[in-house]
Amino acid sequence: MAFDANDSLLLCEIEQFLYHEARLADDHQYEAWESLWTEDGVYWIPANGEGGDPEQVMSIVYDNRSRIALRIKQLLTGKRLSQTPRSGLRRIVSNVEMLGRENQDLRVTANAFVFESTLRGDLVWASRNEYRLRRVGGELRMAYKKVTLVNNDKALYSMSFLI
Amino acid sequence: MNAADAIPNWDSLIRPHEVRGSMYTDPALFELELQKIWYRTWVYVGHVSEVPQPNDFVMKSIGPQAVIMTRDKDGEIHLLLNRCSHRGNQVCLKDSGNAGSFTCPYHGWTFTNNGKLRGYPFPTGYEGVDNSQLGLGRVTRMSIYQGFVFGSFAAEGPTLEEHLGGARETLDRLVRNSPENEIEITAGFLKHQVRSNWKFLVENETDGYHPQFVHASIFAVAKSGIGDLYSSKSTAVSRDLGGGHSENDLRPEFRRLDKPLGWFGTSAERLPDYTAKMNAAHGEGRAREIMIDGTPHVMIFPNLFVAEIQIFVIQPLSVSETVQHVTAIQFKGAPDINRRLRQQTMGSVGPAGLLLADDGEMYERTQRGVQALKPDYLYLGRGKHREREDEQGFVVGDATDEVPTRGMWRHYRSQMEAD
Repeated sequence: MAFDANDSLLLCEIEQFLYHEARLADDHQYEAWESLWTEDGVYWIPANGEGGDPEQVMSIVYDNRSRIALRIKQLLTGKRLSQTPRSGLRRIVSNVEMLGRENQDLRVTANAFVFESTLRGDLVWASRNEYRLRRVGGELRMAYKKVTLVNNDKALYSMSFLI
Repeated sequence: MNAADAIPNWDSLIRPHEVRGSMYTDPALFELELQKIWYRTWVYVGHVSEVPQPNDFVMKSIGPQAVIMTRDKDGEIHLLLNRCSHRGNQVCLKDSGNAGSFTCPYHGWTFTNNGKLRGYPFPTGYEGVDNSQLGLGRVTRMSIYQGFVFGSFAAEGPTLEEHLGGARETLDRLVRNSPENEIEITAGFLKHQVRSNWKFLVENETDGYHPQFVHASIFAVAKSGIGDLYSSKSTAVSRDLGGGHSENDLRPEFRRLDKPLGWFGTSAERLPDYTAKMNAAHGEGRAREIMIDGTPHVMIFPNLFVAEIQIFVIQPLSVSETVQHVTAIQFKGAPDINRRLRQQTMGSVGPAGLLLADDGEMYERTQRGVQALKPDYLYLGRGKHREREDEQGFVVGDATDEVPTRGMWRHYRSQMEAD
């Protein structure tokens, strides 16, 4: 897409948003992370490739806004055993691209590379992420996040952290 | 212990209510299990609805071996092994598809989807060769019950129906919840790996003692009634169905609640289309009974777990690595309940499941735990003193008792000790 100075400023804001979202997830700041979502947010981690219609086939995660809230509430109990102790996490979000606008949302894609340390051992998760970001009250919010893991066609170990 | 030249001391390894920690960690035992259990007994492979059309195929497994389940052009199901009869290359790399034949990429040998060798390039090099002896390997026996396809590598032995024994009725009970008396497996699988021995998974599937603890975090926030089904006050029973199969029979609680679809946390009013179809299929009275009883929670040894709304297929990869393949059960001709079955399944199971990630954590910690050598045994004696026989002669215990685990080990030992 053609770029002008305004787009450069916007891209900078988008990148800052994605880095912020990544840091909150890495640091298990569950409530702050949840507050980044719009009221109609959809959090999707397909299985078996790009994922067919998530309304028809199994996904690793396909959360509407209320299930995102439930997932966060469960983590906040401190008794979610797969996150007690919490995964050690650091992630790199890169290759951020603005793909365009869809209604009021910005369509953005990025690559992510997550290092996770657990009781089982250490592992790396790699994904292409797609976001739809929306300005709500002057701030960017996340209306959609799709995390397409490179290896989602294979058997995966538990991943109960926020990716 | 070396499986090749030593006979395990079973009296020391498996006792009526305790088993040695090494039962989960000994690689030689795992090799013996492949011979005595996985490559002998009936193992669940797939469901007929996964290959609905002629020439459909889907990649499945029996233990570490890949199995291609095909439906040939005449509609017959075949369980083929993914190994070219020429020099052993894999003939199929896709998870599923539609193909009348499989061509090995190495030298171009081609097999029809019923396993027969169709031909090879440059045939003059094989003058006088009997192609009928050069088909794909296949699982020795295949049998289907209620659409569930099982395979056995033993040429002789019990029939599938004999193997299912007391568990057979639970599959009837399952499909009865579909207005067309058929379930379908059409939503694709999640594949969840755990660094744990497969038997910890089998034991956990009908362990009614753990839910209140392992799943406390989700029961608390989801206001789920599931936890109460497994309380010390629950009227549900644990049942040893024989043959290593077992169930948590929750019907006593559901009947006490007396609410159609209460077993699924919903109501007839919220699923009117499904309810109408059930009433039409069974008549209102019978439909009401079925919709109160719900679907079973049954572990069919060694690898099929029907967990009310989903199936898990347990695949051991090694002594300490296991994959659970899981998907939502779908009732044929019931789109409104099917959507809910998928949504509830996706939320609860798989690598990020609100339930199963925590079970997985327990499997893995237990696997590490049993690396410690003392105490010698795991204690599986819960409810031993209150075991009783039900009207059909099955051993039952309270909801949280370890009747299913003891039954599994009794059968396991008989399989492992058999010649």
